[in-house]
Amino acid sequence: MKDQLILGIETSCDETAVAVVRNGRDILANVVASQIESHKRFGGVVPEIASRHHVEEITFVIEEALRQAGIDYNDITAIAVTEGPGLVGALLIGVNAAKALSFAHNIPLIGVHHISGHIYANRLITELKFPLLALVVSGGHTELVYMKEHASFEVIGETRDDAAGEAYDKVARTLNMPYPGGPHIDRLAQEGEPVIKLPRSWLEEGSYDFSFSGLKSAVINTLHNAEQRGDHINPADLAASFQESVIDVLVTKALRAAKEYNVTQVLLAGGVAANKGLRAALTSAFVDIPEIELVIPPLYLCTDNAAMIAAVGSVLYEKGKRADLALNANPGLEM
Amino acid sequence: MKVLAIDTSNYVMGIALIEEDKVLGEYITNLQKNHSVRVMPCIEALLKECNVNPSELDKIVVAKGPGSYTGVRIGVTIAKTLAWTLKIPLAGVSSLEALAANGRFFNGYISPLFDARRGQVYTGLYEYRGGILEAVQEDRNILLTDWAEALKVMKRPVLFLGNDVSLHQESLKEILGEHSVFGSVSLHSPRPNELAFLGLTKPDDDIHKFVPNYIRLAEAETKWLEQQNNSL
Ligand SMILES: [Zn+2]
Repeated sequence: MKDQLILGIETSCDETAVAVVRNGRDILANVVASQIESHKRFGGVVPEIASRHHVEEITFVIEEALRQAGIDYNDITAIAVTEGPGLVGALLIGVNAAKALSFAHNIPLIGVHHISGHIYANRLITELKFPLLALVVSGGHTELVYMKEHASFEVIGETRDDAAGEAYDKVARTLNMPYPGGPHIDRLAQEGEPVIKLPRSWLEEGSYDFSFSGLKSAVINTLHNAEQRGDHINPADLAASFQESVIDVLVTKALRAAKEYNVTQVLLAGGVAANKGLRAALTSAFVDIPEIELVIPPLYLCTDNAAMIAAVGSVLYEKGKRADLALNANPGLEM
Repeated sequence: MKVLAIDTSNYVMGIALIEEDKVLGEYITNLQKNHSVRVMPCIEALLKECNVNPSELDKIVVAKGPGSYTGVRIGVTIAKTLAWTLKIPLAGVSSLEALAANGRFFNGYISPLFDARRGQVYTGLYEYRGGILEAVQEDRNILLTDWAEALKVMKRPVLFLGNDVSLHQESLKEILGEHSVFGSVSLHSPRPNELAFLGLTKPDDDIHKFVPNYIRLAEAETKWLEQQNNSL
């Protein structure tokens, strides 16, 4: 049988990414042009700047991915592109480049949901086993997603205010750390002890939703009050305490959902999956439950990339999903 | 030689297919509607109508701005991806120049303009010399009143073109008096076939490095530069 080759394109935020994935599992190329250096000076991603960089990079990155994969257009089964959610101006670059390629070579086109991409990053490591539960934690998302089969996504819990990654960035800013703050907090937390009492937001009984804005405010208040009293707070301890509170809620809810839904696999997904503290806590939470396989992707598959988009494209292609040339960017796309 | 021209830089969306000195087809709308959704299906339909395969194209021409940042990027992204993947040359043409082409038989300067809000316009100064459109002054982002004062000094008739001219007609008349000439409605929308022919006169661009001519920096960048200067 002929190999299925999916070209993936992802431009939803500040990475211009193109990848080629064979048969939904093997990465032949995974090229990511990061703009992070450009956005650092602004203390966060500036949408207009991101869009401008994507236009500069897009054909370079596509060419590099094809070169690394050693393939030509005739070899490509379908093109999968992130249609949302994300920054609309940024998404538009990937979507329109994908449409131009699809038109020029008459290749089927498939629109992909960005978060489903993060989940499918795991399939590049190991085969998915259903039913499964995915914990998606990123700058824009904190979700628990239940999947009973391929390409079926049921969001059973989501954040009601800030995403976990957002809370990380805001706390990092309060501690005067450079953007992006998540990795800095994670590193600092390793040096401190979680000795400062911070709240955990469990919400109502049985809920799988999250809320991190209260925690974020508590961190800011703790710092503020200490300053007024002239006390010194060890930033490492504060980072450790904050991190412990976030992780405690994430891991506890994931564990409870995994048991209630009787899943065989739990997947970690999204940019915050790179967090060492979260990885360690999840691993120890599931270590005594051999009937549930815990999968944590390597760092390069946690952050935004196009291999994960191609991985979803592979499954959607088999299911017959196709987009036409009117495919649009959809910044608020539902899962 | 078959040339596809694409303009999505402003409300007017235009696509043209020309072959040598013949316009095979042209599609043009002047609607405040989503270019991202419409432009590729229109390109597909136009080529199909004209019985031309994408692989038969010899060159892509695109309006590279100024205009709506997002609008220009849609056209430029499609144009550079098509040109690169079909391995054919790409030429960018000023969106203002393409509009100025509509003033072909006017004896004097041509000032195409797009409104840029807060009293500003994107404009430039062009003139047909021996049947060839030439840029007299480069494209810019300027307060309309400053532009009109600058033109006044030249003491020559100026033809103003563009669907946004009506927004500024009174001020232009007031400052320039009889030297201000206004195009008819039929001349206010840039024609994609003019864009295509202009593209044939331009050198090929480096496809990978090709970007829109936004004229303006992103707002965040302007502020950042100001901060850098202040802290020096
Ligand atoms: Zn992401």
